[in-house]
Amino acid sequence: MEGFVRALQILFSGDHEILGITLLSLRVSLTATLLGAAFGIPIGFLVARRDFHGKSVVTTTINTLMGLPPVVVGLVVYLFLSASGPLGFLRLLYTPEAMIIAQMILTFPIVCGITISSVLSLSPKLKETLVSLSAPSSWEARVLLNESRLGLITALIAAFGAAISEVGAIMMVGGNLLGYTRALTTAIMLYTNMGEFATAIALGIILLLIAFGVNLFLTYLQMRSRIKRTT
Amino acid sequence: MSFLECRSISKSYDGKHALRDVSFRIEGGDLLSVVGPSGSGKTTLLRIIDGLEKADSGEVFLKGKKISDAPFLHRKIIGMVFQNPVLFNTTVFNNVAYSLRFRREKDETIRKKVDEMLRLLRLYDLRDRRALTLSGGEAQRVALARALVYDPDLLLLDEPTANLDPYNVSIIEETLQKSNRERGTTVIMVTHNIFQAKRLARNVAFMLEGELVEIADSATFFESPKDPRTLSFIRGEMVY
Repeated sequence: MEGFVRALQILFSGDHEILGITLLSLRVSLTATLLGAAFGIPIGFLVARRDFHGKSVVTTTINTLMGLPPVVVGLVVYLFLSASGPLGFLRLLYTPEAMIIAQMILTFPIVCGITISSVLSLSPKLKETLVSLSAPSSWEARVLLNESRLGLITALIAAFGAAISEVGAIMMVGGNLLGYTRALTTAIMLYTNMGEFATAIALGIILLLIAFGVNLFLTYLQMRSRIKRTT
Repeated sequence: MSFLECRSISKSYDGKHALRDVSFRIEGGDLLSVVGPSGSGKTTLLRIIDGLEKADSGEVFLKGKKISDAPFLHRKIIGMVFQNPVLFNTTVFNNVAYSLRFRREKDETIRKKVDEMLRLLRLYDLRDRRALTLSGGEAQRVALARALVYDPDLLLLDEPTANLDPYNVSIIEETLQKSNRERGTTVIMVTHNIFQAKRLARNVAFMLEGELVEIADSATFFESPKDPRTLSFIRGEMVY
C-alpha cells in the first residue's frame, strides 16, 4: 500500500524522466501499430479477396504469426541490425527506430490476420452487388473495407495492445537506454530488478492508463460503427 | 436487330439443368415479365444476362453486340435489382449515389439525380438515414433507386416485390411503369405473381424446369396460351 501511495506521488510529480519514458512508449507503439496497419490492411484485403494457389497456406502462416514471441522478433531484428548483420550499415540498433521495426513486425500479422477474417466474413452478395453496379476495383476495395470497419478497428485494438505491452523485443533492440530508448515496459522491468517498486508501480499505472485510453477511443469508434449497423 | 437476344442458353449445376436451350428476343422499351414456379430457371436467366453467371453454352446479344463473353464492358447500361438486396452500411443517399460515383459523375450531378430518384421512390425523407435501419420495403426501394439512378437501358428485376406490403408494391410498380414509359427503359422482371405480370407486362414468358415454354404478348399469354402447361400455370392448377 505504501508503495502504491508513493507511486501516485511519483505519478503526479511531473517527473521529466517518466514523462520522457511515457512519450517514447506512445511514439514507438502508435507508430508501429500504424505501420503494421499500413501494410497489414491492404495485404490482408488482397489475400482475402484474391483466389490464388497456396491461399490457405498463406492465411495459416499469417494466423500463426499472430502469436509470434516478441523475444524471437527481437533476436531476429537484432541479428539483422547488429554491426555484422545485413542491415548493420543503417546503424539502427539501440535506437527508437529499431524498436518501431521490431514492434511493427509483431503488429503486422495481427492486423493482417484480423483483416483477412473480417473481409472473408462479408456477405458474398455484397461483392455481387458491387459487380452488378459496375464498381471499379478501387471503389470495390474502398466499399468492402468500409463494410469491414468493425473488424479493422478490432485489429488496431489488438495490435496496439500487443505493442504497448511488449517488452522482450524492444529490450533487445532498444537496449533500455535512459533518455533515449527506455520505454514503460523496459523501465518497469529495470526498476523491479533494482527493488524500486514504487517507481515500477507508477510506470505500471501509466501503462495501464495509456492502454485503457487508446482502447477506449478505439472501442468508442467500434461501438459507434456497430450501433449504426444494428439500429 | 433486336434490343436483347438470348440464343440457345443452357446452364446446369452439378449435373442438374437450370436452363435448357433458352432462346428469345425482345425489343427496346419492352416490359417483359418472366413467370414460372420456383426452380424453373428464371433467376439463373437474369443472372446470365447480367453477366453474374456464365452460361455453359449459348450467347447473349445486347443491341447487336455479344455481351456474354465480356459482360463487364456492357454492365454500365444494365441495372439489376435482387430479390434480397444488400445495402451498404451508410446513408440512403450514399447507397444511391455510389452508382453514380462508380461512373465518375460530378458531385452536383450526383446530388441532383439522387434527390430526384429518392423523391420518385418516396424516400427523400429517409435520405440521411442509415440504410441498414430500413424496413424490407424501404430497402427494396433503395435498391431500385440505385439501379435506376444511372438511367440503364436494360433493367433486370428478380422478384422485386416478393414479401412486400401493398404500399411498397404499388410504389415499385408505379416507378417501373413510369421508367419504362417515360425513359424508355427496357425491363425484364422475374415474378411468380401472375397478377403482377398481368398488371404490368407488355409481354410475358413462362418458364418451367429450365425450359422457356412460351413467350407472347400479355393479352395472348393470359387469354389464349398455346401450350397446355402455360394454361395450367395460369389457372393455378400446376402443382409445384
